[in-house]
Amino acid sequence: MTDRALVVVRAGALTTVQDRGRPGYAHLGVPRSGALDPRAAALVNRLAGNPPDAAVLETTLDGCALRPRSTVTVAIGGAPCPVTVGGRPAAWGAPVTVPAGALLEVGAAVAGVRAYVAVSGGIAVEPVLGSRATDLLSGLGPAPLTDGRVLPLGTPAGPPARVDAVPQPRPPAELVLRVTPGPRDDWFTARAVRELTTRAYRVSSASNRIGLRTEGPALERARTGELPSEGMVLGAVQVPPDGRPVVFLADHPTTGGYPVIAVVRGADLPAAAQAVPGTTVRFVAVRRR
Amino acid sequence: MRAFPVGDDALLVEVASGEQAQALHAELLRRRAEGSLTVREIVPAARTVLLDGLADPVRWASELTSSEIPPAPPRARELIELPVRYDGPDLAEVAAHWKVSEHEVARIHAGTEFTVAFCGFAPGFGYLTGLPARYDVPRRATPRTAVPVGAVALAGPYTGVYPRSSPGGWQLIGTAEAVLWDHARVPAALLSPGARVRFVPVGEA
Repeated sequence: MTDRALVVVRAGALTTVQDRGRPGYAHLGVPRSGALDPRAAALVNRLAGNPPDAAVLETTLDGCALRPRSTVTVAIGGAPCPVTVGGRPAAWGAPVTVPAGALLEVGAAVAGVRAYVAVSGGIAVEPVLGSRATDLLSGLGPAPLTDGRVLPLGTPAGPPARVDAVPQPRPPAELVLRVTPGPRDDWFTARAVRELTTRAYRVSSASNRIGLRTEGPALERARTGELPSEGMVLGAVQVPPDGRPVVFLADHPTTGGYPVIAVVRGADLPAAAQAVPGTTVRFVAVRRR
Repeated sequence: MRAFPVGDDALLVEVASGEQAQALHAELLRRRAEGSLTVREIVPAARTVLLDGLADPVRWASELTSSEIPPAPPRARELIELPVRYDGPDLAEVAAHWKVSEHEVARIHAGTEFTVAFCGFAPGFGYLTGLPARYDVPRRATPRTAVPVGAVALAGPYTGVYPRSSPGGWQLIGTAEAVLWDHARVPAALLSPGARVRFVPVGEA
């Protein structure tokens, strides 16, 4: 008899269960959540033989260590990092067999922030509103991993991909985020709008799954007063009173009262999820498609 | 009405009042139900409705700003009754703002029919409108680090009920016993935008 479960030996700084999130409930105040780097999550699922919506683990900077109770196929991608199985080096970005009881160690990221760990069968915690994602803003979904926790695994859907390795984008040395202006660019001075797209910002260490916070020139408001709460989108560049833009990521609040000066293209957000604190950020204005 | 494209696949539609936002929300839900509008999220707020996950927001901007939005159909939704004890720690402060007695605060609040204008802040937290503008109250100067679950609270023109314990700066006037949010229940949220709500006092404040 096999025991399809995964023991968390070292949870790491912040490791969460993620999938494609729970879109469709924003009107009830439920963030979309889901993997911050969905391309990497989809890729490791494919490598491990999982469907694209299987739940994976998302680590933050320092990886994690796991011991499966039955033999599983795993795949690790996103942020590049050393991988060992039973103390021996194993492949990153390719299917790896972990025998029952062996220790899988996902090391600290050598670049980027978030590594993704897919396990054949997927992490089978109970879904909430159709998703197993941990939402750090509203507390829906499973709590972040803790040492000693046991995670149930689902039944493998198919064989692992037959590849040795697949190319994955390197985390960016400089983060370039294409933005379309608005909807509230008129709340800022013309100079502030120009500054956003011509000056350099840096990724702040206060960034998290809710937003990529930046350090750099403060953007000056043309209007004072409060904006009545309005709906917020993924990638919104919201400017709080300190003037430093915040790019909304998956766990962002569904409504907010600070003006949104511009919106980042969705295709650029996976790179934002992998930008380490201190990385230079440039916002580049593009035309709406 | 003004409409602002938001990124490549969303549209923020702004109207002049909360009532118009509720009417626009009802109309957009109707269009989605009849199949003429395909969109992932319809998010009403104070003066706006956001359409997110929308193909061709620029076309929808001109379509919506040139169409007549009928007023929200009255009493279209069932009335949700929330049993409440008016025992909040800020009852005296709210009474002072309203220049009435604490007992009168409870009577006025329980005598009002509210509408869930929109949700936000936390899953299942509704912003309820219905009190006349003269009963607006400011937020507390110092937010509480933990507002208890079920707290019935006022801020600005809104009434809200905390679906779980969280920090908060609203003025607490009572306690509701209903479960506002239970993700194992269908629907998870007791209050959704457009719902009608009445607070029913239980026991003595």
